[in-house]
Amino acid sequence: MSRYDVIVVGAGSVGVPTALAMAEAGLKVAVIDKYPSPGQGENKHAIGGIRATHSDAAKILTCVRSLEIFSTWENKRGDDIEWIRGGYCFPVYRDIEENALKSLLPIQKEHGLDIDFVGPDRIQELIPGIEKEGLIGGTFSPGDGSASPLLSVNAMYRAAVSAGAEFLFKHEVKRIHLSGGKVNGVDTPAGRMEADVVVDAAGPYSPELCRSVGVDLPVVPDSHEGAITEPVKRFFEPMVVDLRPAPGSKNYYFYQNKHGQVVFCITPDPPIVGTDHRETSVFLPQVARRMLFILPRLRHIRVRRVWRGLYPMTPDGSPLVGWNRKVEGLLHATGMCGQGYMIGPGIGEVIARLVTGSSTHEDGPILAGFDPYRQFLGAEALK
Amino acid sequence: MVQKRIDDHPILSPKDEREVRFSWNGKEMTGLDGEMISSALIANDIHVFGHHEKDNSPQGIFCANGQCSQCLVLVNGRPLKACMTPLCGGMDVRSVDGLPSIPEDTDKAKPLDTPLNEVDVLIIGGGPAGLSASIELGERGVDVLLIDDKDRLGGKLVLQTHKFFGSVEDSYAGTRGYEIGKILSEKVRALESVEVWLETTAVGVFSDGIVGAVKGSEYRLIRPKKLLVATGAREKMLSFPGNTLPGVYGAGAFQTLVNRDLVKCSERVLIVGGGNVGLIAGYHAIQAGIGVVALVEALPQVGGYKVHADKLRRLGVPILTRHTVLAAHGSDKVGSVTIAGLDDSWKVVPGTERTFEVDTILIAVGLSEVNEFYLKANEWGIDVYSAGDAQEIAEASAAMFTGKIEGMRICSALGLDVGEIPAEWEEKAIILKSKPGPVREWIPPEREEGVFPIFHCTQEVPCNPCTSVCPVGAIRTENDSITGLPYMPDLSKCIGCLSCVAICPGLAATVVDYRKDAKNPTVTLPYEIWRKEVEPGTKVPVSDRDGAVLGRFPVEKVIANPKYPGTLMVQVKLPRDAAKRAVGIWVQEENREPSELYEKEPLPDSAVICRCERVTAGEIRSAIRSGVRDMNQLKALTRAGMGACGSKTCRVMIHRIFREEGIDVSEVTDRTDRPLFVEVPMGALAGERRDGIE
Repeated sequence: MSRYDVIVVGAGSVGVPTALAMAEAGLKVAVIDKYPSPGQGENKHAIGGIRATHSDAAKILTCVRSLEIFSTWENKRGDDIEWIRGGYCFPVYRDIEENALKSLLPIQKEHGLDIDFVGPDRIQELIPGIEKEGLIGGTFSPGDGSASPLLSVNAMYRAAVSAGAEFLFKHEVKRIHLSGGKVNGVDTPAGRMEADVVVDAAGPYSPELCRSVGVDLPVVPDSHEGAITEPVKRFFEPMVVDLRPAPGSKNYYFYQNKHGQVVFCITPDPPIVGTDHRETSVFLPQVARRMLFILPRLRHIRVRRVWRGLYPMTPDGSPLVGWNRKVEGLLHATGMCGQGYMIGPGIGEVIARLVTGSSTHEDGPILAGFDPYRQFLGAEALK
Repeated sequence: MVQKRIDDHPILSPKDEREVRFSWNGKEMTGLDGEMISSALIANDIHVFGHHEKDNSPQGIFCANGQCSQCLVLVNGRPLKACMTPLCGGMDVRSVDGLPSIPEDTDKAKPLDTPLNEVDVLIIGGGPAGLSASIELGERGVDVLLIDDKDRLGGKLVLQTHKFFGSVEDSYAGTRGYEIGKILSEKVRALESVEVWLETTAVGVFSDGIVGAVKGSEYRLIRPKKLLVATGAREKMLSFPGNTLPGVYGAGAFQTLVNRDLVKCSERVLIVGGGNVGLIAGYHAIQAGIGVVALVEALPQVGGYKVHADKLRRLGVPILTRHTVLAAHGSDKVGSVTIAGLDDSWKVVPGTERTFEVDTILIAVGLSEVNEFYLKANEWGIDVYSAGDAQEIAEASAAMFTGKIEGMRICSALGLDVGEIPAEWEEKAIILKSKPGPVREWIPPEREEGVFPIFHCTQEVPCNPCTSVCPVGAIRTENDSITGLPYMPDLSKCIGCLSCVAICPGLAATVVDYRKDAKNPTVTLPYEIWRKEVEPGTKVPVSDRDGAVLGRFPVEKVIANPKYPGTLMVQVKLPRDAAKRAVGIWVQEENREPSELYEKEPLPDSAVICRCERVTAGEIRSAIRSGVRDMNQLKALTRAGMGACGSKTCRVMIHRIFREEGIDVSEVTDRTDRPLFVEVPMGALAGERRDGIE
């Protein structure tokens, strides 16, 4: 039986880049996933948006690094991951969203993010054909963008394999194995795999995994439906986010990917709690109606496919990243609240440094913000 | 210009829709009001509808069935499927070259609530199975909603101009498919509890028990207590270089163009596949005045009914077994095809390559069930049933039976006291689904006097209308079984009425009459091609069962039985030694030699597997060789199966490449299918009514 330095549970948005960063840091890494190939859990359900323009320092700092990794990936590593720097645009029709977005600008600017509240004319340039009536303006952050979750997780997987990480697919970790109260590996149907460190990157399945060692994680999955259209000629660049609520839903967002397909998603209200992945008849009429109100031109585009993905939610909408204080060797990297795809690459490097004991000064605010033992005071402003 | 239309068809009457004007890329053209845009374009000899955004390769009609999106065109600025959009006068139709633009449109959204219909039974598909089930249910007063994506009921029966097999009492044997479609449709229309929605495409089955469908341009939700999936089959595709060229398409698409829309889509075709679908398509081609250079079949024998193959051989079509297609050639559309012989280990025999000039290659290499609705509904725990090809690929006569059976099962499940389903129904369904039996030696009667029928029927198939039609009951089948070969135990009972010649779906019955001239008996031959070729006095090449010409003989008389008007009965006087062997008339006498040029073969890796995303066999092979065993990962990496059709065509081809690469399919994770199964405009999903917007 081979012994590893680290075993990562979950070959998804977080597990794969974390394994890559650790393998490149010289660690002997194994990644185990119940699915047959990388990204087959929630990664492939992500629509692909990547932004640094969050409302708290930890996410901002992590995603600044993620953006750098995504945007330079093709140049540095050669694989096309369909990165587009299209920016994020939050058009605003009501004071309440205007005020909320404006209140975030100071912290965003403090971290050097390129974001401004712009007037309606600029919004109409960015999103040609957007509903003008009542349009106040909105924020635009040209540095944000998007990439293909499917291609990037596979590219990062190949890089991780080249760096020496081993992947075991189609194996579900039954439990974390302890020895003398410390992590000693995991039990899989194929037998035990040993390591002193286990990284929990199991997303919505983290609570189940951690219960095997008596850890109760404040992670509750809920589900969101997404969809993709046929490809058409590019007619807008940014990710468009409408924060307004409507009966049955909160915000919704959409963008046009590199192929010209419009990809979109909505946040149901109340949340649909649980791990049910099954598509419902409710989603399409609900989201289509809202999208047409903001961009009537979309009535002519044809929707191709729908799916449903899980958001592993925490009480305050921020991830749980850090060592478990009771179980030595258990490192949480979960509760990404639907942002695992954009947080993953940045946090992977932070985790690698945490494991090798080489955390930097810059990692401090990230680890503090994502501390699993923090007080869950209020929800994140943008959630 | 002269339109490519079929004005003179031996079975079908020409269209009488009025002509309308439309424009194609700015050029004025005429088409028929209400016909599908694809047919109007092909009638104007337009075969290239656009160019794919990935490699700029030309695209045209492929499935002709609303499933694939290869025929996308811009209609008044909106991207739409040409094969599902009826032509109206004044339409501005344009090619889609690269990605289409969606029109600029700032009209405010006018969404309405999506109507939800609650029904006892929803039947998806108005073909033979769905219609038969509707009849069983409707006759018992069950509330049924029958939906179909086409503008008329009948499903693929609409395309079938040949007479059906089976038995007269159970499956309308001897009646032509499109006529059966009409009979069943009329029965359904007369049932009060059956509501029919045409031009309604089911697009998804959801976990809340609701089926999503687009009715016209409206999105509708339907919650059935019981769901019957009678969605039929789709055609399998072959992987060869050039397989995406316009002019390569399925036999079903061909029949749609030729038999439903009466468009002469081709001058010369090659058919790949010797099952019933390919054989019948060849026959339909000849009836439409389209030359068939050959039919190739990879197996050592054709898989379809021998009588169908014989019909084709008798018309002069070479059937080349142990042959395959190597490549299609052409720049913008098919110009030629290269075929080659295969050895017993399925390898091409070097030196056997031949290239024929053709404009069309029909692929008829089998069907697969359209079962995505059934599988999803089953996964969601909906009480779902399937019938016809959606349940198991077989003949339409079997589909009528399984439709009846499933209709009855649904009645029982709804609590109606319908009693037991008759055991003989199940037996008949099994017989109708059965494959043809072995070919037996043909032994003609020895008698050479009087008048009597000769049956050139040497293979057991489920078919016995000759026994029903004989007015003196003199014809029987062996053991009185529907699959037994027909014979007349006492030849002296024959009264020479010719009804068996008229009804035989295999055109395999003749009547030899020695009464007037025993040395030169009169033989009555069945004939379903143009009447003008067999006018009395014309010397026609008479062929035997295998297509060998026995000689040219003058036509004495042409008769038609008013009940079976499509089958002409041509009477020819033949020398006694040839009389019993004669069964058909050669039509296709033109010599179809291979063209001189031999095209250099592109690498087989350039064959396109996923046509929607233009993913080649080479790309898929290299992903498999790099270790990919999950079709979802394969999709993520190559986009194979990510296109409009949702892997309807490429899935089975990808499975085949896995096998070719020596991978055990049990190691391979199949792809995940999700709704929507057909793309839907977002305006419809939002509840906008197109007609109400303007």
